[in-house]
Amino acid sequence: MSTGTTKLDVVVSDVVPVNDLVTRFHFRRRDGELLPTFSGGAHVVVEMRDGERTRLNPYSLMGSPLDTREYTISVRRDDVGRGGSLFMHRSVKPGLEMVISYPVNLFSLDLRAKKHLMLAGGIGITPFMAQTAQLAGEGGNFELHYTCRTASLGTYADVLRERYDRRVRLYHDDRDERIDLDRLLSTQPLGTHLYVCGPAGMINWVRDRAAALGWPLEAVHFEHFAAPQPGLPFDVTLAVSGKTIRVGSQQSLLEAIEAAGVDPPYLCRGGVCGQCETNVVSYDGKFVHNDHWLSEEDHRSGCKIMPCVSRFEGKSLVLER
Amino acid sequence: MAAKSIISRPVYGTLSPQPGKHHLFIADAEGALAISEMAAKAPAGFFDGAEIVFIPGPDGKHIAALESLRPAQFHQAPSFASLLPRLKQTLSNAHMGLRLYLSGTEGLIGQAMQVALEAGVDHTSMQTEHRGSLARRMQCVHCKGITENVTTQPATCSHCGLLLLVRDHYSRRLAAFQGVCINAEDRGEIPPMEEAFP
Ligand code: FES
Repeated sequence: MSTGTTKLDVVVSDVVPVNDLVTRFHFRRRDGELLPTFSGGAHVVVEMRDGERTRLNPYSLMGSPLDTREYTISVRRDDVGRGGSLFMHRSVKPGLEMVISYPVNLFSLDLRAKKHLMLAGGIGITPFMAQTAQLAGEGGNFELHYTCRTASLGTYADVLRERYDRRVRLYHDDRDERIDLDRLLSTQPLGTHLYVCGPAGMINWVRDRAAALGWPLEAVHFEHFAAPQPGLPFDVTLAVSGKTIRVGSQQSLLEAIEAAGVDPPYLCRGGVCGQCETNVVSYDGKFVHNDHWLSEEDHRSGCKIMPCVSRFEGKSLVLER
Repeated sequence: MAAKSIISRPVYGTLSPQPGKHHLFIADAEGALAISEMAAKAPAGFFDGAEIVFIPGPDGKHIAALESLRPAQFHQAPSFASLLPRLKQTLSNAHMGLRLYLSGTEGLIGQAMQVALEAGVDHTSMQTEHRGSLARRMQCVHCKGITENVTTQPATCSHCGLLLLVRDHYSRRLAAFQGVCINAEDRGEIPPMEEAFP
């Protein structure tokens, strides 16, 4: 069991195709009890037993936090990814027993805000499904702007429009509809908090514009789960356990460490939470840092690495853990 | 600059130009100097989107210096109380991206900050710089009355007349320091009064 990731034994209670790319999965507790409460924006890490391999992917909970009889996640199929989403789409059927982590929230609402402005891109809509449900229940003030490629890939756009009507604005890439971001950001009342979830490019664009327009950092929240990038295989020695292991090209360093029987801490598995931070004892080669956690200085120093997303190229690498 | 002693004691910085288009300055007396010094570091056109609200104080200095920065708006007021309605109005019409710069006495910074926080301005959108008098805004913990511009230690409550020890204990909610009776055991005991917050 890893720090902060206590496990839940669940059974898949339903699998619902949503559109060409997205499928929704429902989980209930095997013992029939209620699931733990969570707040909008939380994710769970789903363990997938794929033959010899165990895959662990984080997915945002998209159901209402007011209903904990079941958890729901939506998974977008990625045909060129590392296989986790394909496994979910192909092999996960109703009745399958699975293990998921307790919910963790790295993208929570700041409830001191007078207004919540939400920007979603593509499958980045999922955390907002739960957040809007939470805010609507509390009579909160929110506005959601959602960009998708085409109307048919606007996952849950119809549900959201139905529930919240004018509080939801849709933008379709194929119709050349773009968010007028500068205007949107410049016309928000004082006390507004901004939340963005979507592709890295969108997150960077929104954060840059917000900063340039004078928004304080503390009012800008974002969530981006970077899938671990593939790369060249490399060897790593773990000083404390004295193990030397090989990290395969499609495997993350964290996954390799886990496969070797070490149980390192993690929360997001996407390079943003800081939980998996590990000290480098020595190295000869170069790091491929893919995380959003360490500072540039940390990256340059070669003293630290985030094993969930970062890789290494070179002769030798010794990590503390 | 005011000394840092206990945790509730506010810490002030140095004004520096922030990104964004809308800048609101609120200053009293010597606080004007903090704005002028910051202006020297500001990018061209910075004051095109700026509003300066200034309480000059009795000697009426620094007005011309602030006007010469050519802010989009310049407004002068005799006291903080008199500019309060206007400030509230400005904030209720303002949008995210507004940056606030507060400079001058602690009383001014504290009270302006209080109004801004209530209007929804995040404290990280505010810059502060202490200038000029160390005079304190003090709340008497006994009668709850506020006495402005306290410069002595102990100080007399302007409401109930008790002789108060002015503590470093600061309340953000009230934007005031706490004053506690210094001779509660024996009112006849009158410690010497010193100029402590010039
Ligand atoms: S697990 Fe969150 S940064 Fe690695």
